[in-house]
Amino acid sequence: MTQPTQAWGRMPTPPAKYERPLTDRHTNLPRPSDAQNTLLAHGWGRSYGDVALNPGHTLLHTRHLDRFMAFDPATGVLRAEAGVSLDAILRLVIPQGWFLPVTPGTRFVTLGGAVANDVHGKNHHVMGSFGDHVRALELLRSDGSRQQCSATQHPDWFRATVGGLGLTGLITWVEIGLRRIAQPDVQAINRRFASIDDYWALDAHWMPRCEYAVAWVDCLRGGRGIYTAGLHAGAQAQWRHPPAPQRQWPMTPPLSLVNRASVWGFNWLYYHRPLPPQTLMPWPAFFYPLDGIGQWNRMYGPRGFIQYQCVLPPATMRDASRELLRLIGSRGQGSFLAVFKTFGNRTAPGMLSFPRPGSTLALDFPFQGEATLRLCHELDAVVREAQGALYPAKDARMPGSMFRAGYPDWEAFSTYVDPAFSSGFWRRVQT
Amino acid sequence: MKHKFLLLGATSAIAHATARLWVQRGAALVLVGRDAVKLQQALQDLQVRAGPQAHLLHAIQADLEDVSRHAALIDEAWQRLGGLDGVLIAHGTLPDQTACDADVSLALAHLHTNGVSVVSLCAHIAQRMKTAQAGTLAVISSVAGDRGRQSNYLYGAAKGLVSLYLQGLRNRLYPHGVHVLTIKPGFVDTPMTAGIGPKGALWATPERVAADIVRAMDRNTDVLYTPGFWRFIMMVVRHIPERVFKRLRL
Repeated sequence: MTQPTQAWGRMPTPPAKYERPLTDRHTNLPRPSDAQNTLLAHGWGRSYGDVALNPGHTLLHTRHLDRFMAFDPATGVLRAEAGVSLDAILRLVIPQGWFLPVTPGTRFVTLGGAVANDVHGKNHHVMGSFGDHVRALELLRSDGSRQQCSATQHPDWFRATVGGLGLTGLITWVEIGLRRIAQPDVQAINRRFASIDDYWALDAHWMPRCEYAVAWVDCLRGGRGIYTAGLHAGAQAQWRHPPAPQRQWPMTPPLSLVNRASVWGFNWLYYHRPLPPQTLMPWPAFFYPLDGIGQWNRMYGPRGFIQYQCVLPPATMRDASRELLRLIGSRGQGSFLAVFKTFGNRTAPGMLSFPRPGSTLALDFPFQGEATLRLCHELDAVVREAQGALYPAKDARMPGSMFRAGYPDWEAFSTYVDPAFSSGFWRRVQT
Repeated sequence: MKHKFLLLGATSAIAHATARLWVQRGAALVLVGRDAVKLQQALQDLQVRAGPQAHLLHAIQADLEDVSRHAALIDEAWQRLGGLDGVLIAHGTLPDQTACDADVSLALAHLHTNGVSVVSLCAHIAQRMKTAQAGTLAVISSVAGDRGRQSNYLYGAAKGLVSLYLQGLRNRLYPHGVHVLTIKPGFVDTPMTAGIGPKGALWATPERVAADIVRAMDRNTDVLYTPGFWRFIMMVVRHIPERVFKRLRL
């Protein structure tokens, strides 16, 4: 009945040797019993691959570091321990007229994890990434030293730790600046598009007008899809909506339920569903469509799944994305969730931050061993040719050369890695 | 509606999760904890959650091992809020049975913390509530107190002492309108149980246990097994004949 800690993609990986909870931010890090054994913080385990796994070494669970430290409802400045979840933050601040300035597609992640992966949301072109809103954080190193880092205090450590995949030490607390809202629900528009070319036109029209913008793509039918954009609703907007029920994915089926036929059928239904061109959407439905189904990752069966998320720079994004969709369609490896999003034209706060000017595409593939790895390898070639990069938070398989090509600052970054910290991901991309 | 509570052992995971639920209703709380730094962290968290009602929260640093201080401590807590509707006793340790088998003084120390100090607090609180002819006294015991097993009978004995004492106290205070709740959690994923791994399907979160405690205190339940399935597991465990039980390795 018992299972060692897994990543969200549920791919079988060797377990950590030790798993220790952290309970008090004032105590020092546990000393590894042997010098070879390294540490890594693990929050709510929503990273897909091995950035939050440390096979054969030690995992430090941060879920008990979940205390708020200070919140000023007048300025929207919040300080909390690193294990506090975005869900807990939203429940505290929404009633007081505040919202997260940047949120990923799930609210069940910790603050520390959001910083360490410098996560982004549907509003990157307006608000940047999570690290852009971190006012300060405390970094605890294995030598017992603690330093408060921000854009002005130890700015080099700050740039290494934001997006630093938990490798520079333990983030004990984080202070973020929130954003004001009149109400949390979202005034959304939906548009179907017949091809990827139409997507670019829609994107050019709506991105300047809306804070949030994202597209779902049917990769089995040449890239038609649905474009969704939105704005936080004004104080006067009114809408009666029933509260969304919380469902649980009941069990892990013996085989993945995600296959060519089911994706083909699902995508057809999803594309043709009744689609209000303009609507007021409850905030959980708009920001966190999958959070309503607990443990949805079980539907991929015992072998788990891989998420492939890349970013393509503006000069190459149109051709490269068309090529990626063509490849996926021809291999018949469909994905329920294929998401397109255009990043804003801004420099990210971290040395290893993923967001950068261009377009990002995210796809989920059920893991089918060699065939899946081969397809990812073919996609790599296209991304590399386009001078793009892959997102470590989603990755479980990229070769070291791919990582180094996408993150030219990796060498500067590695001088900031705490000697007692490491991860499955970090050891993998060293080779 | 009960809204003034005292939490003894307030920095423990279950007590803290319970305090958060009470803060959501706007309750006034007195937190008692041994470690000043952890107590401050817990108080800060609850103050942020309470927002404008943060002034309703108080903290007192005290070592509950020291039974000579209990009378003064209970007096102080009562005065802080001008009376109390409910008390949750949540402090405790999880002794290592093998170490206790080898070291009698260690065994007695754990027995004192988990058993004797709890009884002392209950006795002082019972006087107060009996005088007031009202109140709810809730104490975290354990399913381990339902039957002695070789793997942790010292902890079980202390909790058994507490459960049995509370039965008598419940009986004594019933005519005085005072309600006594015995809380029997199973395996809960807290810092206290960090050394036990890995956590399987029988394990519950502190938040789940806290929600059960709040509900049971509202409804005047007598004995709460949390999560509920432990009631049936322990029914089976209690009914195994001793002749059979002594041969098992549980």
